[in-house]
Amino acid sequence: MADKVIICRCEDITREMILQCIEDGYQTIDEIKRVTRAGMGPCQGRTCRLLIAQELSRAYHVPMEEVLMSTFRPPTKPISMGALADAWLENHEGEEAVSGQAVAPKPEEGGAAE
Amino acid sequence: MIRNVEVMVIGGGPAGLCAARAASEAGAHVLLLERDDVPGGQLVKQTHKFFGSERQYAGDRGIFIGQMLVKEVTEDPRIEVMTDATVLGMYEDGVVTVLKDNQHLKFRPKKTIVCTGAAEKFLTFPNNDLPGIYGAGAVQTLMNVGGVKPADRVVMVGAGNIGLIVSYQMLQAGVDVACVVEAAPNIGGFLVHAAKLRRAGVPIRTGWTVKEAYGNGKLEGVILCQLDEKWQQIPGTEVDCPCDTLCLAVGLTPLSELCWQAGCHMEFIRELSGHVPITDENLMTSVEGLYAAGDVSGIEEASSAMVEGRLAGYAVAVSLGYDVERAQKEVEAARAELVELRSGPMGGKIRAGLVKVAEKRGEAGC
Repeated sequence: MADKVIICRCEDITREMILQCIEDGYQTIDEIKRVTRAGMGPCQGRTCRLLIAQELSRAYHVPMEEVLMSTFRPPTKPISMGALADAWLENHEGEEAVSGQAVAPKPEEGGAAE
Repeated sequence: MIRNVEVMVIGGGPAGLCAARAASEAGAHVLLLERDDVPGGQLVKQTHKFFGSERQYAGDRGIFIGQMLVKEVTEDPRIEVMTDATVLGMYEDGVVTVLKDNQHLKFRPKKTIVCTGAAEKFLTFPNNDLPGIYGAGAVQTLMNVGGVKPADRVVMVGAGNIGLIVSYQMLQAGVDVACVVEAAPNIGGFLVHAAKLRRAGVPIRTGWTVKEAYGNGKLEGVILCQLDEKWQQIPGTEVDCPCDTLCLAVGLTPLSELCWQAGCHMEFIRELSGHVPITDENLMTSVEGLYAAGDVSGIEEASSAMVEGRLAGYAVAVSLGYDVERAQKEVEAARAELVELRSGPMGGKIRAGLVKVAEKRGEAGC
């Protein structure tokens, strides 16, 4: 097994893969995230984000202060679809179902929403 | 349903506990959110004694300071503590979403104090994902919270306070500490902690790093090597150091993702160890009503995190009109304490960082 230098532990992305992205012309953390999934795992980039920024800083000769950060969006950690569905149901209680829009049955009532 | 909250404090570590206590003491109602199952943050595993002055509980062990703060906060009728509650998002309209018991909850706080602390940095070297390679925080949790001996023979990377203190605690737990390696030419932590290790015969190799780790399925050893003045590895200096655990204490970085989400003006400030929200003298960010205290606004000691929490808590109380005159005096007292805490030679880095924060205030609109 070849020696691997891991940068993103959640998605098993190596330094070699990040450097390949840079060689391919990718310039930002977000671009690298989209092509490799680095930073898209359970920790949402807490470990790898700065390491990728350091690689970009070195490769493009820009100080860390100027490396463009990734976009930060909710949620900060993975959550179950069920939790979101429950929250949606609570917000739409008593509403008519719109055609084409999925309305999940309320678990406790077992029937379709009104 | 969106629940209205007067003051939301995110994070129940030293900064968050002190922020909640201060805001409530002045008369505000507080909701304290903690993602762990118990509040206390890193204090729950800090068995060493703190420095500073009496007001920052110097001479007490971190764990007892934490227990005292948690007791006061949980017994306070104006503070609601919600554990196992992770903030998922902060939205432009001021809504904060939280995951609690697999429920997606929504809050609308009048004021928010972000006290989310820090995350550990990681190192890149070949085989850095072998089982047996830990962050120092995890090792400290295993030992001091779980009561588990984390290793038989360990190499510690980093001679800052965390690396030194955790190494000593491992010695106390019966672990063979092979050595402490530090890339910088000098020991970064307090010499009193380093001296304890040296007296126990643990070598501290400054100007050294981990070249690579090796092992079949789990860590069996590391190759160390020396660095030159330009931080480049010097060929021919390699030393093989067998060990079953490698502990990384290579620094912390502010866990400021919620500040990013909320749209705070952020800057990378090297001396503060990462991206921080630019804050004003009351620790308010560029977003009205959103404050940041503790490591999230720059990596420092727990003592300063507690004072920053108190400062932000009283500043929030003032902004809400509670006990204004006295709360304002508390704000000023906390500011003076921070100046004192940061006055020594160890405070040079943080002072330089805060000068940069002050310079960015105009740009940030703080």
